Amino acid sequence: MAYLDHAATTPMLPQALDAYVRTARALGNASSLHGSGRTARRTVEEARERIAEALGAKPGEVIFTGSGTEADNLAVKGIHWSRRTPERNRVVTTAIEHHAVADAVAWLGDHERADVSELPVDKLGRVDTAALAELLAEHGPRITVLTCMWANNEVGTLQPIAEIAEIAAAHGIPVHTDAIQAVGHVPVDFAASGAAGLALSGHKLGGPTGTGALILRRDVKAVPLLHGGGQEREIRSGTLDVPGIAALAEAVGHAVRTQEVESQRLALLRDDLVARIRAAVPEAVYNGDPESRLPGNAHFSFPGCEGDALLMLLDAAGVECATGSACSAGIAQPSHVLLAMGTDADDARSSLRFTLGWPTTKADVDALVAALPEAVRRAKTAGLS
Amino acid sequence: MSGGVDSAVAAARAVEAGHDVTGVHLALSKNPQTYRTGARGCCTIEDSRDARRAADVIGIPFYIWDMAERFHEDVVEDFYAEYAAGRTPNPCLRCNEKIKFAAVLDRAMALGFDAVVTGHYARKGDDGLLRRAVDPGKDQSYVLGVLTPAQLAGSMFPLGDTPKDQVRVEAETRGLAVAKKPDSHDICFIADGDTSGFLKNKLGTKEGEIVDAASGEVLGSHDGSHQFTIGQRHGLGLKVPAADGKPRYVLSITPVDNRVEVGPREALRVDRIRTGAPVWLADERTGPFEAEVQLRAHGEVYPATVTPEDGGLTAQLHKPAFGVAAGQALVVYDPDAAQGDAVLASGTIDAAHGLTAAGAESGEAARA
Repeated sequence: MAYLDHAATTPMLPQALDAYVRTARALGNASSLHGSGRTARRTVEEARERIAEALGAKPGEVIFTGSGTEADNLAVKGIHWSRRTPERNRVVTTAIEHHAVADAVAWLGDHERADVSELPVDKLGRVDTAALAELLAEHGPRITVLTCMWANNEVGTLQPIAEIAEIAAAHGIPVHTDAIQAVGHVPVDFAASGAAGLALSGHKLGGPTGTGALILRRDVKAVPLLHGGGQEREIRSGTLDVPGIAALAEAVGHAVRTQEVESQRLALLRDDLVARIRAAVPEAVYNGDPESRLPGNAHFSFPGCEGDALLMLLDAAGVECATGSACSAGIAQPSHVLLAMGTDADDARSSLRFTLGWPTTKADVDALVAALPEAVRRAKTAGLS
Repeated sequence: MSGGVDSAVAAARAVEAGHDVTGVHLALSKNPQTYRTGARGCCTIEDSRDARRAADVIGIPFYIWDMAERFHEDVVEDFYAEYAAGRTPNPCLRCNEKIKFAAVLDRAMALGFDAVVTGHYARKGDDGLLRRAVDPGKDQSYVLGVLTPAQLAGSMFPLGDTPKDQVRVEAETRGLAVAKKPDSHDICFIADGDTSGFLKNKLGTKEGEIVDAASGEVLGSHDGSHQFTIGQRHGLGLKVPAADGKPRYVLSITPVDNRVEVGPREALRVDRIRTGAPVWLADERTGPFEAEVQLRAHGEVYPATVTPEDGGLTAQLHKPAFGVAAGQALVVYDPDAAQGDAVLASGTIDAAHGLTAAGAESGEAARA
């Protein structure tokens, strides 16, 4: 089986799994005052320090959460709530955010009566910074928070976060960035980016599912989503998941330490995959920014084919990939990212995402290239029903 | 795989027969959340989850195919249009004809599959004919009678030889959690089962008269002729009883002037039925022949002389039928107690005529 869906989830790194199991055997609530509690707390704090160091942050800025989605929700809603006033009630987002951000912002609009501005992207999926400057010139004082992802989860395009944060800083607006696809895959330095908040997720970089973190500058207030025992600077209550946190730190540390070498390896494999898909299916359209993108991401539209049908045929041939963001009922909707990039609805429905990860080898690419032409031929016969 | 017991067992049987099977659940609404939650529909998220779990247990891949747009165009819009025209459609039959054994079958064939397997209760004979299931209470050959020979050739019905209660027992034995799930009866896209409300919501309300067909006397009013069906007795809301004290039935519906005519049961009598262009599942006949016809799902069977003429079928019934609605299918069967009655042809009912006691033809019981 060739697994080319590492952006959905990637296997745990052996050292992260070891750290998890080792820690899970130990007793202790990190909030307890006795010896077992202190041992657990020490594991958490060391993990916090390792993650902070790996990402250019201070330990006190790291808030552990139960997922990347939670980190995004906490940042977007929490910062909005803490900064909103009758005069300041506008959230700025982009047209290509993951649902963890997009739906949180939409909820603020629908349920909390926030005004929402959405920044457009160009045909490569890059956020339009000129539009941002215009928007801030007009609405600057009325904006609570600006959120923009570091790297797009579908087409892999990297965003100019530092530039965006600099533009926003001139207006005193905190910037949150969903860096869930970026951490461990491209260089990420929280302090240098100028962002106020940054979300990461464990299972996208070799850590466990059910772990995530929000890195939040100390001078930025966030109203909590969860109230309870007051853990994590009283911003995120709930007993700390000590083994999950230990494994997350192990994974972040490893992914960041090996990022430069690993991203070169993946980019070479990816470029080979792209070249061979183009040779095998000449009409295929390579989406996203061809240069400034995640090293393990290749995203194509196959005109005249339905992404769903291709996925099923490749699955039957032992190749696993994605059509885009899955939705709750399993019904494929045209990708909002591709639509925002100006792709027409049919091409948006005809897309597949192949994502490479740490276990990926040339054999996986070979399997895809072998199976794809027949899948495309059949899917084309079935057409866009 | 609807998420019900029948399609789950059908899939399991197809696997057991040695086929390479893939489970497919059809998403028929763009917003599945809006469909019914309590009663069993065919398109809820719960049903999709049940279907997925059945596929897990059977050990086959499972996918959801989005047929919402096609379903809306070919089944739901047709449902509205037929009622608006004063006819009574059968959406399950339309779904078989346009979705399950058309859009789904075509897509499956193009993707490299050989057939569509469903949990319908019907048999396919060695002669390739569609035949009634052994379980007379569950037989669904009527709603499959509209298929063309090509569609039938691409379908498999593994449950036709088994009574429903045995299918449930088999599901239990196979460890399928849907074994005890209740059957679905209502129209899947009408969330609360309120067909009249569903139609009013789309087609609107408009005050009209309910008239005695014989005397022309206005007996009452209604708020839209599209919510009635020929032969309907209940829900007329008539305050004045008939002279003879007997119940009154809907005899005709005229959408143009929003008029509903009622009268005694005897006036619903039908002896001759005309259909639109027939679909032949058996070899096409040219002259009159003796057969049995069925006029609605799970309805009575009538011996008849069937004559292909003027581009349709005419069925001269040997015993009268009552309350035949245009828009339903007339399915022609060749009786066969041993192998199951075989479907010869079908056509959509356009008009039905009765005979008066004197033998002269009465007015149309169902309008064209």
